[in-house]
Amino acid sequence: MNALDYAVLLCLLLGIAAYGMWRTRERRDLTGYLKGVGRTGWLTIGLSVMATQASAITFLSTPGQGFESGLGFVQNYFGAPFALIVVSAVFLPLYRKLGVYTAYEYLGRRFDSKVRLLGAGLFLLQRGLGAGITIYAPAIVLSTVLGWRLDLTILCSGLLVVAYTVSGGSDAVNLTQKYQIWVIFAGMLAAFFVLMARLPDGLGIGGALALAGKFHKMEAVDFSIDVNRRYTLWTGLLGGFFLALSYFGTDQSQVQRYLSGGSLRESRLGLMFNAVFKIPMQFFILLMGVMLFVFYQFERQPVFFNEVAWNRQAAASGGAGLRAIEAGFGSARAEESRDLRAWLDARRAGDGPAAAAALDSAQAASARAEAARGGAKAALRAADAKTAAGDADYVFISFILRYLPHGLIGLLVAAFFAAALSSKAAELNALGSTTTVDIYRHVVRREATDAHCVAASRVFTALWGAVAIAFALFANLTENLIQAVNIVGSLFYGGILGIFLVAFFLKWIGGTAVFWAAIAAQLLVIALYLTLDISYLWYNAIGCAACVALGAILQGAISLGRRKGAPA
Amino acid sequence: MATQGSEDREAGLAAAGRWRAVYAAVTVVVLVWLGLLAVLTRLYS
Repeated sequence: MNALDYAVLLCLLLGIAAYGMWRTRERRDLTGYLKGVGRTGWLTIGLSVMATQASAITFLSTPGQGFESGLGFVQNYFGAPFALIVVSAVFLPLYRKLGVYTAYEYLGRRFDSKVRLLGAGLFLLQRGLGAGITIYAPAIVLSTVLGWRLDLTILCSGLLVVAYTVSGGSDAVNLTQKYQIWVIFAGMLAAFFVLMARLPDGLGIGGALALAGKFHKMEAVDFSIDVNRRYTLWTGLLGGFFLALSYFGTDQSQVQRYLSGGSLRESRLGLMFNAVFKIPMQFFILLMGVMLFVFYQFERQPVFFNEVAWNRQAAASGGAGLRAIEAGFGSARAEESRDLRAWLDARRAGDGPAAAAALDSAQAASARAEAARGGAKAALRAADAKTAAGDADYVFISFILRYLPHGLIGLLVAAFFAAALSSKAAELNALGSTTTVDIYRHVVRREATDAHCVAASRVFTALWGAVAIAFALFANLTENLIQAVNIVGSLFYGGILGIFLVAFFLKWIGGTAVFWAAIAAQLLVIALYLTLDISYLWYNAIGCAACVALGAILQGAISLGRRKGAPA
Repeated sequence: MATQGSEDREAGLAAAGRWRAVYAAVTVVVLVWLGLLAVLTRLYS
């Protein structure tokens, strides 16, 4: 990165944060601070909901997933539009009608205090566990490739998001998210156009898709009914539906976004905006990864995309083995690249048999290269157990730093940070609000004034920010990060959703029954996760179904006991 | 002024007056996306 990149990066990030703080400097009452002033339009809500879900992990890791596994991950989002319709038709009108600040406040009105505390507690636990991931994820990747200090990267981005979230509350989050997501869109589109322009002459989008298909990267829909497969049409539609219903309907970081709408209509249109554009957006990000795969079939490709880690180990004593693997990988890739150029020439000349022969040869060379890449990862792990053996998170950023012009590099790095800040801001905003409304004002200081609660909310938001920064500073997260976040979410979301579905649709079930049912369902999900090897998306459906079924059984037992105990 | 009940039913959009129509339209669009992805898979696999 040069001075121009740093100027673009700092102007965009600091400018948006400062503008958000300035525009929302008058938020002093509780409603204005937690729900906004009630003028937010549908587009702001739609973009804000989108920005809350799409963190930096989405834009850094997902192209890497496309590069490695193709388009299949898009199925994860197939259930989301249908869940958004249910949230819009059922959840949202009830929240607005009751005028609640948080989703868990609704549980207190429908059931009792202990269910409200359980819902809020599960949310705080789940979000608390993932508190540092949204800051840590881009910081570890960007600090590695840009040579920045990891602790300073985490501290600077963490303090910036805490500053404007504490200052302006919900409106500041919505407003900054609106501009941050435009920065993200601009960056991603710019990167895509540069990538397409750098594909070999004569290949074209059709040829690129055909080539990706030959390497099994175009399998967007898998009709398999094997429950052990992580992403299929069915896990996406069913598991994805329950995950999205729980996330959009009961997770305060999302509920707070659409409750700030100027009217029911604006909030609903914001949700429908996401229902329409969620799948195309994820498809586009994955397609970027697939096109990166095609691009790297013709260009020099590192054996391990986290080149800093690779070079460090290769330079150490005993690095000769790594360099030998790298040489083997390089020669296989060079051979594959030659074969693919021959395939391209034969294709252009209309020589079918020659094209098929060249493609077969390229696929054989590719298999050798992939075997070498697998060996490289194993050798790297053996040399240093702390080094992440996965490099998918580094694929996209490596391309950006090597092939994009200056200025655009700054824009893309700003886009990654904007994505991190936007999702972190919504998370902190929700954690602060829930702690204030459902714990502090509900349990500790029932007589607290609105002004006192605003001050308390600011303190709690700052404290959660400190927790997130500390977690990010001391965590050692090495798995593919987007999956880690989704797995943590899936373990908790099912039970929470079960409580809300009982609240909305099964009016005869009371608080005590659903409280114990939710706890039992949560324990069941954790036990199954530790013993079974099924797609994590299924745990959303299992947790939800267990909570609803156990709630019904317990309520039946409670009613029966009451009837037996009643005087004849 | 719109009442709570009418606000819940009426979307007030030129192309779709009621929310039910909006949800139906969104469902159709999503099904078209899924269909296109299935076609893409079929074409290039």
